[in-house]
Amino acid sequence: MGGIVIADYGVGNIFSVYHAFEVVGAVAAVTKDPAEVRHADRLVIPGVGDFANCMDRLARQGFRDEVLAFAETGRPLLGICVGMQILFDSSAENGPTPGLGLLPGTVERIPDIGLDGARLKFPNTGWFDINPPKDGNWKSSVLAGLSPGDAMYFMHGYVPSPSNPEDRLATFSFHGHCLTAAARRDNLTGVQFHPERSARTGLSLLAQFAKL
Amino acid sequence: MERIEPIVAGGVSLRLVARLDVKGPNLIKGIHLEGLRVMGDPGEHARRYYEQGCDELIYMDAVASLYGRNNLFDIVQSTARHCFVPITVGGGIRSVEDADVLLRSGADKVAINTAATEGPPLITALANQFGSQAVVLSVEAKRRGATSSGGWEALTNNGRDHSGRDVVEWARQAVELGAGEILITSVDQEGTRKGFDIDLVATVCSAVNVPVVASGGMGCVDDIVTLTRASSVDGVAIADMLHYRRTTVSDIRADCRARSVPVRLVG
Repeated sequence: MGGIVIADYGVGNIFSVYHAFEVVGAVAAVTKDPAEVRHADRLVIPGVGDFANCMDRLARQGFRDEVLAFAETGRPLLGICVGMQILFDSSAENGPTPGLGLLPGTVERIPDIGLDGARLKFPNTGWFDINPPKDGNWKSSVLAGLSPGDAMYFMHGYVPSPSNPEDRLATFSFHGHCLTAAARRDNLTGVQFHPERSARTGLSLLAQFAKL
Repeated sequence: MERIEPIVAGGVSLRLVARLDVKGPNLIKGIHLEGLRVMGDPGEHARRYYEQGCDELIYMDAVASLYGRNNLFDIVQSTARHCFVPITVGGGIRSVEDADVLLRSGADKVAINTAATEGPPLITALANQFGSQAVVLSVEAKRRGATSSGGWEALTNNGRDHSGRDVVEWARQAVELGAGEILITSVDQEGTRKGFDIDLVATVCSAVNVPVVASGGMGCVDDIVTLTRASSVDGVAIADMLHYRRTTVSDIRADCRARSVPVRLVG
């Protein structure tokens, strides 16, 4: 098949991701067939809802081993929302629940109390400015076309905490807490927000992923 | 690269949500959810608001619950092809299957009202299947008396019927059952351009710890300023002002920023 492959393992707003690639001039293919992953130049793993449900479906639909094998090829992989979270070792959601273990770190519940003392809402839904971590930059990443402070749309109750600080690609301020918005290690990129729902800034990210 | 400082320390911005109520193939607008006037093609309006930089879209099928089905699949599908912001769809959703079809058509969240008041376990079933972040409780609130002191009753079937439920208690219960957001529509204010029901929104915001989007009554940007000072509201639904082309989302956004209301900067 080649090109960009979006893994349709039964969760996530596949439709929107597909059309978002379409408008930036990148042809993506949606597949329910795990074998297609082997031929992909680039792989997108969407995901919404419950972490354990995503892991369970990934395994049951036969994608789990193919995704692990794809990660080894060095070709670009993008995980979106829970599709990002499952790249990590484990999640605290109804858990701990084991993830794919491709990125070292855990997925934690978002904070209940802000550094400003505010009682925080759960889940977290809305637009947040993302920024590179201290000493970090977005060169040759999916964020290369963006400026610090560009906003992305988040819709989540949990957030990854990478073990290696250098795996953090972008952060966002959640009532004073500095949380991980995007992570990158070698060919693997994960974004907690929804680029396919983040208007111009999100489309820029997907266009960049198509060029990596 | 220029670094843009966020307006508020929390980093949270107010969502400017374009709300489109739909009857059959038409965008409609009423007053107190009644006296519906046909405004044109919903998809065209949605696209205009997307291009103006809205943060989110809401489609509400105004007659769906009467007929027991939501007819927005086609509209949602074609909108999701062109508009890359979150889309909430409500009206006539009675089951996990109904929600599944809409979410697969490009909706990100489903809003439920009538079916949830008739069978609250639906909220939990939806949350278990799709996650709380995808489940919006839509509440149509009507004052019990002339003032807020008597509280509000939740109406159903697009403001036609009484559920007997107290709005605040119902919102609390729905959140316990798994709703991840509240869309609170003031039937009293809706379509009047007289401002939001501040007491209603502030009361609901303090009663629940999920995001709240306020709907009904916005007539000018002052109404947003007043509301955000009085409550921890997360979003405002805008319909009348946009459908009648009295302003644009980008002008509202610029005015909000000028008045220190934290909204996303759209480049």
